[in-house]
Amino acid sequence: MSLFIFVGEYISALNHIFIDCIECIKHYFNCAVHKVSQIGGAVIFCLHHQTIYCKPKKSIERLLVSKMALASVLGSDYADFSFDTDKSYAFGSGLAAEPTSIDNLSFAIKGALGSAEQDDVEKKIEFLHGTTTLAFKFDHGVIVAVDSRATAGAYIASQTVKKVIEINPYLLGTMAGGAADCSFWERLLARQCRVYELRNKERISVAAASKLLANMVYQYKGMGLSMGTMVCGWDKRGPGLYYVDSEGNRVCGDLFAVGSGSMYAYGVIDSGLRQDMSVEDACELGRRAIYQATYRDAYSGGQVNLYHVHGEGWTRVSQDDVLLLHHKYQEKL
Amino acid sequence: MEYLIGIQGPDFVLVAADSVAASSIIKMKDDHDKMFKLSDNILLLCVGEAGDTVQFAEYIQKNVQLYKMRNGYELSPTAAANFTRKNLADYLRSRTPYHVNLLLAGYDQADGPALFYMDHLSALAKAPFAAHGYGAFLTLSILDRYYKPGGWTGEQDASLLSILNKRFILNLPSFNVRAIDKEGVHDLEKVFKHAYLRSRGDFRY
Repeated sequence: MSLFIFVGEYISALNHIFIDCIECIKHYFNCAVHKVSQIGGAVIFCLHHQTIYCKPKKSIERLLVSKMALASVLGSDYADFSFDTDKSYAFGSGLAAEPTSIDNLSFAIKGALGSAEQDDVEKKIEFLHGTTTLAFKFDHGVIVAVDSRATAGAYIASQTVKKVIEINPYLLGTMAGGAADCSFWERLLARQCRVYELRNKERISVAAASKLLANMVYQYKGMGLSMGTMVCGWDKRGPGLYYVDSEGNRVCGDLFAVGSGSMYAYGVIDSGLRQDMSVEDACELGRRAIYQATYRDAYSGGQVNLYHVHGEGWTRVSQDDVLLLHHKYQEKL
Repeated sequence: MEYLIGIQGPDFVLVAADSVAASSIIKMKDDHDKMFKLSDNILLLCVGEAGDTVQFAEYIQKNVQLYKMRNGYELSPTAAANFTRKNLADYLRSRTPYHVNLLLAGYDQADGPALFYMDHLSALAKAPFAAHGYGAFLTLSILDRYYKPGGWTGEQDASLLSILNKRFILNLPSFNVRAIDKEGVHDLEKVFKHAYLRSRGDFRY
């Protein structure tokens, strides 16, 4: 038996009393009147007659503040009071449900947090799509610049991820999409490249290395691999840059940016790139482009890792925290 | 988004493809070649799903070359087209169908020029002119109206591509154009570009 109580502006089920028949109301009222007047208004349900009796609101007293406060903070949408959901604010519904125990104010939160489990698998697959990686060719080689943030949905999992994979001393691969997919397949590519070197007694070309990777992932097309990578290197034809992804795309080009922040990076690079830049200027352009992408894209951030690929192989140029870059660029303004 | 067109003339076949390689809304590459040379006088133009296009076209290309190595003579355009169609059909009802649309253009010393239209459901049709993509909707009617078996000139190609620029919402700025005749495959990019640009009012060329 429970008394459904109006307290102030919001409804909250504290304890509810179902009164069997109208004869009992008076009885209950007599002993409950005392309580009722303390608490305020009262709504009484009569199971037997399926009717509702309302007492006018009197002075409000906030009993059981803690339970009610929580309910209001969560908002009435989320809190599932002890009734069945479709009957929580059962004002006209004629309560047919048996009342459950008094204390089962189960604040089972539906919505935001609860749905996380189903999306978890999806989120894990899309672990690194939130990223910005870029690479461009110029006269003195290839510049590769990446951010270092990893996100799982709205949660930043890490700010210090290494998104450039060193395949061998003259080949680099970037990571965008699923971290496991990228690092696994590029490690496998490293193995294949080494085998090629041993068999043919010469270094593998960037075109061949990217083709090997593209063919490997094509076998798994449609099975859920998520990988958008750029294979960058220097071979006897000069600087080489290929974009390979898990869809099966493989294109050769002079400039690529991959990830959720790629469009912001494209804007900066396209407007600043010249083939005859010095190495310093090119590095600064790459760094700036990643910084601008991290500024606008929520899923990119952390540090900017910069590599330069030249005739003798690749060199790790710098690692700069994005916040420090921000201050540096602000000062210059 | 991608566009292919082929037109058969009296003793040549003219083919053109747009040269954009896109990934969702980004142009990854704007000088991408979608034509694959099967032999000295056969070209295969291939558009469709990423990955499938290159894999399928290279598969056909290598097999045509293998035939030449094994038998000492090349496949004719008709034979190559039927071979391609057969492969498409075989894979169509497997777990890994190739989602590609093709144009095969070639010149046979005995039969003359030939243009074949193939689609992802492995239809095959020999046609005097054909096109793939959204641009086809706009250009096929012009071809229907003005095509005559005897005379098709380069200037008329300019008019085709200018209608795309005029009406098609997507900007296809650059095309790869090639012609196949009894001498083989000729890259017409520069010759064509002048006529095209002149038709757009740019008279520096």
